[in-house]
Amino acid sequence: MSIKILFSSILVVKKTFMKILSALNADPRHFQILTLSSLLLFLTLWSDFSPELHVMAMIVVAALGTQYLCFKFFKIPSTDYRSPLITSLSLALLFKTNLIWLYPLIAVVAIGSKFFIRINNKHIFNPANGAIVLGLLLLPDHVWVSPGQWGNAIWLGFALICFAALVLSKAGRVDMALFFLGSWMFLLLARALWLGDPLSIPLHNMQSGALLIFAFFMISDPMTTPNHRWGRFIFAFAVALVAYMFQYVFQIREAIFYALFIICMTTPMIDLFLKDGFYQWRKT
Amino acid sequence: MTKRTSILLFIIGLFVLMPMHAHAFCGFYVAKADASLFNEASKVVLARHENRTVMTMANDFKGDTKDFAIVIPVPTVITKSQVNVGDNKIIDHIDAYTAPRLVEYHDSDPCMRYEMMAMQDFAGAPMAMRKGSRNLQKSAKKLGVTIEESYTVGEYDILVLSAKQSDGLFKWLNQEGYKLPKGANKVLKSYIKQDMKFFVAKVNIEEFDKSGYTYLRPLQVAYESPKFMLPVRLGTLNAKGPQDLLLFTLTKNGRVEPTNYRTTKIPTGDEIPLFVGKEFGDFYKAMFSKAVEKEDMKTVMLEYAWNMSWCDPCAADPVPNDDLKKMGAWWIDQVYDEPMVKPMPGQPQIMPRRAPIKPGAVDVFVTRMHVRYTAESFPEDIMLQTTDDKKNFQGRYVMRHPFKGEASCDAANTYYKGLEKRFEKEATNLANLTGWDVNDIRAKMEKNGQSFDIKLAEPKDDDDDDEPKKPWWENMWND
Repeated sequence: MSIKILFSSILVVKKTFMKILSALNADPRHFQILTLSSLLLFLTLWSDFSPELHVMAMIVVAALGTQYLCFKFFKIPSTDYRSPLITSLSLALLFKTNLIWLYPLIAVVAIGSKFFIRINNKHIFNPANGAIVLGLLLLPDHVWVSPGQWGNAIWLGFALICFAALVLSKAGRVDMALFFLGSWMFLLLARALWLGDPLSIPLHNMQSGALLIFAFFMISDPMTTPNHRWGRFIFAFAVALVAYMFQYVFQIREAIFYALFIICMTTPMIDLFLKDGFYQWRKT
Repeated sequence: MTKRTSILLFIIGLFVLMPMHAHAFCGFYVAKADASLFNEASKVVLARHENRTVMTMANDFKGDTKDFAIVIPVPTVITKSQVNVGDNKIIDHIDAYTAPRLVEYHDSDPCMRYEMMAMQDFAGAPMAMRKGSRNLQKSAKKLGVTIEESYTVGEYDILVLSAKQSDGLFKWLNQEGYKLPKGANKVLKSYIKQDMKFFVAKVNIEEFDKSGYTYLRPLQVAYESPKFMLPVRLGTLNAKGPQDLLLFTLTKNGRVEPTNYRTTKIPTGDEIPLFVGKEFGDFYKAMFSKAVEKEDMKTVMLEYAWNMSWCDPCAADPVPNDDLKKMGAWWIDQVYDEPMVKPMPGQPQIMPRRAPIKPGAVDVFVTRMHVRYTAESFPEDIMLQTTDDKKNFQGRYVMRHPFKGEASCDAANTYYKGLEKRFEKEATNLANLTGWDVNDIRAKMEKNGQSFDIKLAEPKDDDDDDEPKKPWWENMWND
């Protein structure tokens, strides 16, 4: 009798687990939301400079609200709020300002840019990245990004989750993350070789949480990257190269964000030369 | 509960809470943990705004002054007018002002409704180069080293070098008596390729003797470059074990943080046993080591972040604008040197505390970072950025003296019962912060008068037990 109960309860657990897994698998963004929110939770518990709860709430509410209004305005019959949620989580993790009202405003700008700045049915700038760069350019005395705020343990855990999500979700465009991280690693190693620096320096530089968020949640955004695989490779390498120049020649600390912002503008051109189908989040 | 009773309870609650709130920040400053605690701590002040940097290096060199020599990678060639010999006093002042502090509170008589404030004392606070310069040039050239500048400022003989290859530079520096450790060659190579110049200084004994000083004064260098960083790699090479660095930054905008290392705030605000007042230095050292250990020595510890115009409580007075300007805060225009908060006539000065004359009167934000590092834990130079974060932070530890007078009332008993819990909390706080054994801490507390075995005061009512109790209305009308 008791064995029977045990078996049936195991079955129930297994069923729920499979249900959760298939729900996660249904859309790669589910994995992204899970990863970003667990990272945010982790930072809130362990970092001294994590975003405050009311800041996170303001960003999320503003982003989802803007998406809702834009759906209404453009008469889009959709109720999909996963993308703006990802954008707001990325913003909460990276964007810093001393003007409290700028947090919701930047979320509005991020989501608004998706609807208003478009070519060929694709938006040009990754919403979170575009908003961060705009903030940095327009309000340099009030906006910053803290790329150093990640411990090694957090970084390792985060990297593992990202790669797991990558393998499990089988998303079409996460190859971008690998293309970019590969190119960036290549440039850092080349620099270390050229300078005669120990390998611990490029390895240390790779261990940045901001770099991972950038690679897995910004540059790999299928809506702003070229459709063709070769196009994406060129795109990723170009971003790494420009970021390298900004960081090491011009000493700009937010180099990767500026680089993506600039290279994003070339996506329509790349799409023109290397043709491939549009990306859809859910395969129908 | 009716609406009215809940409103009443709320109002009573407010009154109960109010005095606590009012005294929340009225500690007395009694001790500070400044750099003198840490034997091998070097102190650097970086004043930075836009692309302009002024770097001041405190000189705590203990050996024979003629043996003193430093090599610092700098982003640009430094001419004579960009170098100054500063004043140790100002660095010590910034150190004292930003140091982690111990504050103390005195519990009031639990039976009284008002609070007495005791007055507490405020404790605050190479070789002559010109001779052979042609020979020098020659030998340098042979090894591919260019002497860009050569001059004497104060007691220092200074050379600014650029080089094509590290071997030559390494050899030449060693020839000239700058003993570089093994492995420096590789680091020099990296700096040369990054187009860095080398600022090298030795003590000019003649000038030093003439100056009449008995110690070396800090060297100051001003330059304009987008590079905002602190070169630590050369320093890690000859160090035996971890080194301590205190980095003070003065900026217009806000807190400075490293971009390639994590920042952690030093634990702050905890209540600790009273005996720590006598050994605050040991406490802070143990606590700092524990905090560093917890982070695998891989983070930069934030010890202070505050606008320079005020402090609360103050470990030392804010640094006057004149001195801030001397440290490189070139953007300050107005000078206010008047003490900011004066006690009212006839009233005691309750605590050293300064408030700004008007918000933003001094546009200087000071950040104090404390780094303990080795070549392994900090492989790369510390890259910095100024953020716009103006949130205040200080390392602050609290001692609360229990009420010592006689008190006998119901409130006193609750108070005494609470004390036991409080002492226990203080003991565990200290054990958690420092890693000291909690039993040793308890024993020390007992010795120091913080007994865990507290005898409850007998309420006066009990004394009168023998006498029959009078009805409450008895005294109402009869005198």
